[in-house]
Formats: sequence, structure tokens, C-alpha cells
Amino acid sequence: MTKTIEFRVEDGVAILSIDVPGQSMNIITPDVMGELEDLVDRVLADDAIEGAVITSAKSSFMAGADLRMLSQLSAMAKSHRPGEIFQHAVRLNRLFRKLETGGKPVKELQKSKTKPFVAAVHGQALGGGFELPLACHFRVAADDGSVRFGTPEVMVGLLPGAGGTQRLPRIVGIQAALQYLTTGKTLSAQEAKSFGIVTELAPPDQLVERAKALVKANRKAIQPWDVKGFKYPGGGGAMHPNAVRTFMAANAMAREKTYGLYPAVQYILSSVYEGSIVPFDRALEIESKYFTRLLVEGQAANMIRTLFVNKQAAEKGARRPKGIEPMPTKRLGMLGAGLMGAGIAHVSAAAGIEVVLIDRDQAAAERGKAHSMALVEKAVKRRKMSKEEGEALLARIRPSADYADLADCDLVIEAVFEDRDLKADVTKRALAVTGEDIIFGSNTSTLPITELAEADPKPENFIGIHFFSPVEKMPLVEIIVGRKTGDRAIAKALDYVRQIRKTPIVVNDSRGFYTSRSFGTYVMEGYTMVAEGINPALIENAGRMIGMPVGPLAVGDEVAIDLSYKILKQTRKDLGDAYEPSPGDRVVELFVETLGRFGRKNGKGMYVYPEDGSKKYLWPGIAEHFPPAAEQPDVEEVKKRLLYRQIVECVRCYEEGVLVTVEDGDVGAIFGWGFAPWTGGPFSHIDFIGARAFVSEADRLADAYGERFRVPARIRSMAERGETYYKTAEEQASAA
Amino acid sequence: MADAFIYDAVRTPRGKGRADGKLHEITPIQLATQVLEALRDRNELDTSAIDDVIFGCVTPVGEEGACIPRVAAINAGFAETVAGVQINRFCASGLEACNMAAGQVMAGQADLMIGGGVEHMSRVPMGSDGGAWATDPAVAIPTYFVPQGISADLIATKYGYSRDDLDAYAVESQQRAKRAWDEGRFARSIVPVKDVIGEIVLDHDEHMRPETDMQSLGALKPSFAEIGTNFGFDSVAIQKYPEIERINHVHHAGNSSGIVDGASAVLIGNREMGERLGLTPRARIRAYASIGSEPTIMLTGPSFAAEKALKRAGMEVGDVDLWELNEAFAAVVLRFMDVLGVDHDRLNVNGGAIAMGHPLGATGAMILGTVLDELERTGQGTALVSLCIGAGMGTATIIERV
Repeated sequence: MTKTIEFRVEDGVAILSIDVPGQSMNIITPDVMGELEDLVDRVLADDAIEGAVITSAKSSFMAGADLRMLSQLSAMAKSHRPGEIFQHAVRLNRLFRKLETGGKPVKELQKSKTKPFVAAVHGQALGGGFELPLACHFRVAADDGSVRFGTPEVMVGLLPGAGGTQRLPRIVGIQAALQYLTTGKTLSAQEAKSFGIVTELAPPDQLVERAKALVKANRKAIQPWDVKGFKYPGGGGAMHPNAVRTFMAANAMAREKTYGLYPAVQYILSSVYEGSIVPFDRALEIESKYFTRLLVEGQAANMIRTLFVNKQAAEKGARRPKGIEPMPTKRLGMLGAGLMGAGIAHVSAAAGIEVVLIDRDQAAAERGKAHSMALVEKAVKRRKMSKEEGEALLARIRPSADYADLADCDLVIEAVFEDRDLKADVTKRALAVTGEDIIFGSNTSTLPITELAEADPKPENFIGIHFFSPVEKMPLVEIIVGRKTGDRAIAKALDYVRQIRKTPIVVNDSRGFYTSRSFGTYVMEGYTMVAEGINPALIENAGRMIGMPVGPLAVGDEVAIDLSYKILKQTRKDLGDAYEPSPGDRVVELFVETLGRFGRKNGKGMYVYPEDGSKKYLWPGIAEHFPPAAEQPDVEEVKKRLLYRQIVECVRCYEEGVLVTVEDGDVGAIFGWGFAPWTGGPFSHIDFIGARAFVSEADRLADAYGERFRVPARIRSMAERGETYYKTAEEQASAA
Repeated sequence: MADAFIYDAVRTPRGKGRADGKLHEITPIQLATQVLEALRDRNELDTSAIDDVIFGCVTPVGEEGACIPRVAAINAGFAETVAGVQINRFCASGLEACNMAAGQVMAGQADLMIGGGVEHMSRVPMGSDGGAWATDPAVAIPTYFVPQGISADLIATKYGYSRDDLDAYAVESQQRAKRAWDEGRFARSIVPVKDVIGEIVLDHDEHMRPETDMQSLGALKPSFAEIGTNFGFDSVAIQKYPEIERINHVHHAGNSSGIVDGASAVLIGNREMGERLGLTPRARIRAYASIGSEPTIMLTGPSFAAEKALKRAGMEVGDVDLWELNEAFAAVVLRFMDVLGVDHDRLNVNGGAIAMGHPLGATGAMILGTVLDELERTGQGTALVSLCIGAGMGTATIIERV
């Protein structure tokens, strides 16, 4: 066993200082659990020890349980009974319970109490790293603004399984606790103090001393919920009339927000609800049983892999070519100060990069900077940024109309109008100033990188750096490798993305690359169904019901129908006879050519956008142009079409080599166009339901609705051989 | 199989279900006791002939807890052999109690029964008995729970009833109720409620607003828009009915049933016992049925229950002279009439719960008596009574005069 906790005794108080080797943040591993258990036993058994302080030797208290460990446990569930998984899941609950009771039954504890444990917390205390302090009798937190308490488990499809669903409601009340447990929202030390979670605030260098003083002052400790006659703040558990109202609303809002796709939210509510009616020890077991259910059902493992493990790996450079020295960007030349260019300039300046923001005249360039000024003003007002930070950020953006100002740049990105000749022109003008060795990025979302690279005398330096709108908010950057793009360009682009703290995927050149191409199928399938006379409300609801952030028609309006139209025309022109017409084409053409309904941008599209700012609603005129079909499909079929159409396109991208890894495919789908996060991504979803089942369903859809649902060859052989995209649990185990 | 006859039916007037309502000072057990006393006294009953008292009560906790019909029977001075049992089929409890009473008689396991119900909504608030459906996350979320008001608005949205449609119906209900009271059509059933010094505290339905018109209703705010949008219930309803873009919130206090206090009791027995006690049968219970229906839209059950009961009786819609459907929400009634093709001229002819209120557990037996009185007044033969029910159910009873 590796040593993970330093132990010492000062003035009769044990100090447990957690320091997990090889990790920048403390996480709860099997070693930590084993060691903590031994040390708790030691504190309890040694008469010379009055109590204990638990703290961290790192810059943060603890980031929670080791998610990889939980994924493995979830994989184990395929070959083990739920009862066996439960024995693992309940371990931390039993350990923390021993810590707070001294291992005594409640009746005995009420008579004799136990030795105090005090948590001394600085930095992040998340998940299990929050639940451990909650199990301590007292909590001292640093007053330096570093502290964030929270239960982020729900964001990867899990629940706080180390007593969080029981202790937090018993400290802050059911309603307040649900807000944090079901969303992962964090609390500052001051907020935690006002809730009574934190006993005392202290300067960071006095944390342990103050915690020791609390031990000395409270030799006999008992948690409030172990005291006879304990009542929840605000009432008496889930049967109290206030709690009844709370749960009624919480249940409905859980479905409103999750569409029933994220069982973790329900299980958190259930743990709080059921746990509030029974004694505390039984409540902890109920929580562990719901935690076990999440592990057994397996969705969490998919979410953890994509949303956490593979996202982090991408950010740390999973796809960065080996053996190339770091290539940080110091000065960015940004060509085009429109919405995208201004956004890219902003996020770059926010990351400390100097930006030269070029547009065709000074006024246009200034307008680009004004975008940043508005963002900074908002951030300062909301106290997300200090005034000084805001000023420094803005000082890094230099608007200009003079290409000569690009002289000292070490990266150029263009985000000018989507026109090949214009792009070639600005590329040449920039290279004339910077020299040909500079890495040149294009933010095109539609034009093939290989063709654009022809404007660069050294096409190995030319690369696609595709941002999403709005740049400040969208987490993904799609790096597109043209036929001649070299490794140095890839390394430079990835280092830059890392600097601006976004998540990169790396794909090969193709029409629409990976994200635009696959996302487009979602919208187009929506239009196709409109053409078939399917009730538009049903289409939109079905889109949300598969876990997309908005329906296909709504998102089509957002990106603009006339943009779809332009891409359609261009594609048809480029492909000629090879173009496969889609029934949705007719809808796009009608809306643009005849109706002039372009989407939100001109206030009318598939939706009506009332001028008084009231809620948009579906345009009733759709029914006139596409009369409702006499027989409407079941919503399950509509959902399946919208989900499968996207996944089939992702599979094609993989088999055509546009996608190099399925990891990029899953990360890119979720962070790029909001593809159903509950699945862990399209490839995870195929693995989850099985390639055989997926292919047979896709074939059924292809027979019924068209060849666009037909899957390519490789997945067929995968289905036949029972293979998966990701390694199975057994494969992982044998590899380890 | 024995025939089950209705020998008598009584009800209290309905008091406003608020602290300033006339019945607020009267205990629930008193309401239940006084209707039992009335049945005994006006029929000069030897109560030892009664086998059982079945009462509906939807919130059987607190003052209404602990088997209120048995305690009411003792309190009314009934023979100690008279048993009592409380049942809960939500809004149809009172009718269900009568159906169960009739069933005992038909099965030959009882000779004389009392069915009825009590609900004192101003003293024991609706929902104060808790329950898993709305609150237990493991039930509420997977089964798409929404409150009834959202269900009623969902019916209106799905089947295209406008606010005007509902308000027009509500105005008509008020006018019919006023006419019925003015002409004394409820006189035979009403048992005025007395206080502890024996004075009458209420002798008429207190909730009525006969002056109601489209304009006054138009001023009322929708009751369920806020919980629908702020607490997520609209989204839950739409996830169950994804063909709907948005819920049209059209129900309000003026086109939904009123919250009131009241009790009712119906005397049901076989022919032999009636003859022995010198009672004249007023109607025969020809058939009854209860059924489950989709629980999120919740309130569409009555048409299914009616069809089931008609089938059991070998009857068709056209064979029924008068219809009585509880006016829980206006849209429920409009939908029922559309599905079965029933004309408003033959349904709720003396108004309903929108005007007079809906004391949950008592209403079913109240409107059974109301329609029987009307059959007798008009010389017609057959009636069907039904109510929509929480959690998606319907109950219906067909009676015919003898």
C-alpha cells in the first residue's frame, strides 16, 4: 500500500494530512480508504489521543472519489450481482460512519459520545472531499476565498454516495440541500458558514491550529442527527408538509430538466426522500443502494469516460504529435473582427495572449474590440473579473486595419467571410508580413482545409481551427488536418487551444469536417419530417426528449436556414451527380427562396419571434405548406430517427477516416453540438446498446426512410463479431 | 342476483370551504352524523336492520381519520351492530361507496346498507394525507405526475377547448344551479346542518355565484399557469403528450369546482328488507363500473367508465335520459359530452360543482341523489352518474326508476 496520509500527534491531537502521491489533487482511492480506516481505528483506540484533525497537504482539500475506480466498479457489475457491488459501494459510508460515531451503536453514542474529528479545509472540497468534512463533527474552512464545497457527482451521472445525500439535508434542510445535490452547484466558505456547514472560518495558516482548538474544546462529540429528538431544519423529514411541497416541485423540475434521461437526479431525490424517514444508519444504506443502482445501470461509466476522462486527456494533449517542443502562442494575429473573430480575440486575450485584431478598416476592427469591452463590463459587474483584470485583458487586444501590425505574431487565425477567394487573399497578405514559416489557422466551418491551404506556399503550416459560436461559451475547438498539414501545425494549434483552456479534437479534412457535418443531419432530419407532414411540435419535443439541448427546428433557426441553404447549394454544385438529395432540401429551399424565413436572424423561421420579446412559437403556416399527415408517428419513432441519423453520420465519419479516434468522436459530439450527454457520445451509445442491435435498427430505419440511415461496412463486421469501439471491462482488466 | 334499490338519499348543503364558511365550526363527525340521523328519522328506520355504513372520505386523517363512518354511526345512536368502513377512490368515493353498498346487496351478503361520504375541506385540507404519488421521487418522476389542474388544462389544450368555451359552460352551471334552488328542485334531499345549540347554520349551497357572467369570469387569472411554468409541471405533461407545443392554461377558480364542506348518505337495500321496513323503492341500481385511464391527463376516465357500465347494463348512450357528471373542471365535462355525444340539455341539468362545490368524498352520493330527484320531478326513467378521479380513473353508476 502506498502511503497517502501523513499521521502525527500534536498535544494529544492526531493530525491526518492527506497527500496522495502522483496526483495534483487528493482523490479517494482504495489506498486512501484503507489507510484512513486504520488511522481512524488508531485514533479511537489510543487513550493518549483526544481527537483528530483531517486536512490536506496539497493546495486543495480533496477532489472526490477516483472516478476511474468507480468506472471499474461499474464494469464489474456486468459479471457480479448487485449485492456484491453494494458491498463495495457502501464501504466509504461505513468508514465515515465509524469516524463520526466511534463505531458505537447510536444508543450507546447518545450516552457516552465519541472523540471529535475536525476537518480543516482549504481549496476545493468536492464530492467525497466534501462528504468527508460533513462526516466530521466540526469544519474549519480557509477564509482566503479559495474554498469551494460541492457535490458534482450528478454531472457524471452519479450521486454523492458517501453520506452527502443524508448529511447535507440534515444540516441545511431538504430544500436547500436539493439545490446543491441535484445540480453540482458549489458553495464558498462564507456561504457554507451562513448555512451552518462550516463551524469557523480561519486564515489558511491557522486552519490546523483552530481545528486543534475545536478538538480540545469538545472532547466528547456527537453529530446533531445522532442526538435524540433530532429534527431537520425547516421540518421533520419528507413527511413534513413543507417537504411534501418541496418534493412535488423537485420531482417535476427533475423531469423538466432531465427528460428522464439522467437517473442520478431521481436517485438523489429518492435518497434524500427515503433517507429522511428512517434512522441514519439505514438512510446511509439506502443511499449506497441507489449508488449501486447507478453503477449497475452503467450510464455513469459512459459519462465519466467521455465527460471526464477523455475530455481531460484531450485537453492534456492526447492527440498531440510526439517529440515536438512546446509551442506557446504569445501574439495572435486575428484576421476578421466579426462575431467569430472578436470572440476568438477575446478568449485569447483572456488567456494572456497579445492579439492584433485586423479588419478591413479601423472602425470594423474597433467594433470587434467593442465586443470584448461589453463582455468585460458584464464580467466585472457580476464580479467574475476584477476591474484591473478587465483592463489588462482589453489592453492586450490591438484593433488595426494595417497588416503590417502582424509582424511579431507567432500564430495567425483567419475568420473572414466564407469565401474562398477572400480567404486566399487575406492569407497571402498576412504571410507577406509574418513570413511563410508561421502557422496559419482558418476558422472556416464549411470550406475544405486542403483547398484553402493552396494559398499558403507552405501548406504543411496551414490548419483548420474551428471555433463554435458564441466563442466565449462553447467549450470545443475542432482542429482540422488538411492533406498536407504537418505535425508542427497540429502541435501549435493544440498548444494554443490548451492556452485558451478549451477542449480540442483533431479530425481530418472533409466537407463539414466532423461536427458541422454530423450536426447538420440532426437539423436536416427535422426538416425531412416537416416535409412528411409530421407535427412540428412532436419533432421538437422528440429532439429534446433524446437529450439534445433544443429541437432540430429551433436550432436550425438559430444557425439560420439561409446558411443551410448556402451549404446545400455549394454541396450540390461541388458534388454534381454524386449529390444525394434529401427530402428536407425542399423545406430549406421553400423557406429561403419563396418565404424569406431565414430563422431568428430575420425574426421568422420555423418559429415566430414576437417583436414584444414574448416566447417564440412554431409558425402556424408550416401546416399550410406541409399539411399534417393523417397518421402521425409515435414519438419513439421520431426520437429514434433524430438520434440514429446523427449517430450513423458519426460512424461514417469514423469509417471514412475523418475521425481518427472514437474518443474524439464522443467528446466532439457532446461538447461541439450538444449531442445527448447522457449517452457519453455516439460511439459510447453504440457500445452500450450493442453494435448488433444498433445496426439492425439502423437498417430498419434505412428501409423505412431512406439510405441516409444505412451504416457502412466496418460496423457491420463489428456487429457480427460482437465487438465494441471501446475496450470492454475484461479487456481493460487483462491489459492492466 | 338480488336487485339493489335506492330507498332514500340525503345531503347537507355545501358550505364554503374556508374559515369564514358557515360549516367551518361544525366538526366533520357532526356532518357525517347528521346525514345518518336524517336518513333514520325521515324513514323511521330500525337501525338494527342496517348492515354497514360505507363512506367515502378522501382525506381520512386528523378529524376525519380513524374510520369516520363507524364512529358517526355510534355517534348518531345507531344500533351497535351497524358496522362502518371508510373508502377512498378520490373524487368518486361517495359514488363508489354507494356502488359497494349496492354490490353487497346484489351479492346477497347484506340486506340494507348506507353509502355516502363526508369531506370537511375547510378543516382537513385536501392533500394533507400525503401519499407517494406526488412526492416519492421513485414514483412521481417515472409516472409523469402532474396536479389535476394541469391535467384539466392538458385536456383543454389537447382537445381544443378555449377559455371562452369553458367560461360559457361555467356561467350556464351557475344559472342552472340558481334555477334549481329557486324552484326547490333540491328540497327533497337537503338536510340543513345544525350547530351545538340545535340552530340551523346552513340550509343552502353557500358557494354559488349566480351573478357570474363571461365578463366577471374573464377577470380571473388562470390558476395553474404558475405551477405549470415555474415548477416544471407543464414540461412533465408535454413529455407525456409530445404532440403539444405548450399548455394552454384556461382553468381558474370560476370554471373549476369549488372547495366546500359537506356530507351525503344514500339508503340502499334489497326488496324484502324494504317491504319489511315499509319503505318504497325510488330507483334500482342497474349497473356500475370503475376503470383506470391514463394518469397524467388523469381526468378522461368518466367516458370509459360510462361505456363500461352501459355495456354491463346492455344499454347504449341513447338509452339514458339524464346524465350527471361531476364538474371538477369545465374541460372534463366538455370532453365527456364530445366523446359520448351527450347533449348539454340532458347533462347536469341542475348545475354542478362549478356552482355548488365539490366536497371530495361526499360528492358522488350527492349527485346520485340529485339526479334521482330530477328523474322523479320530470318523470323520466334512467340516469347515469359519473365522476373523474385522481390518478386516472372513472366511476359510473346507472340507475332506473321503479
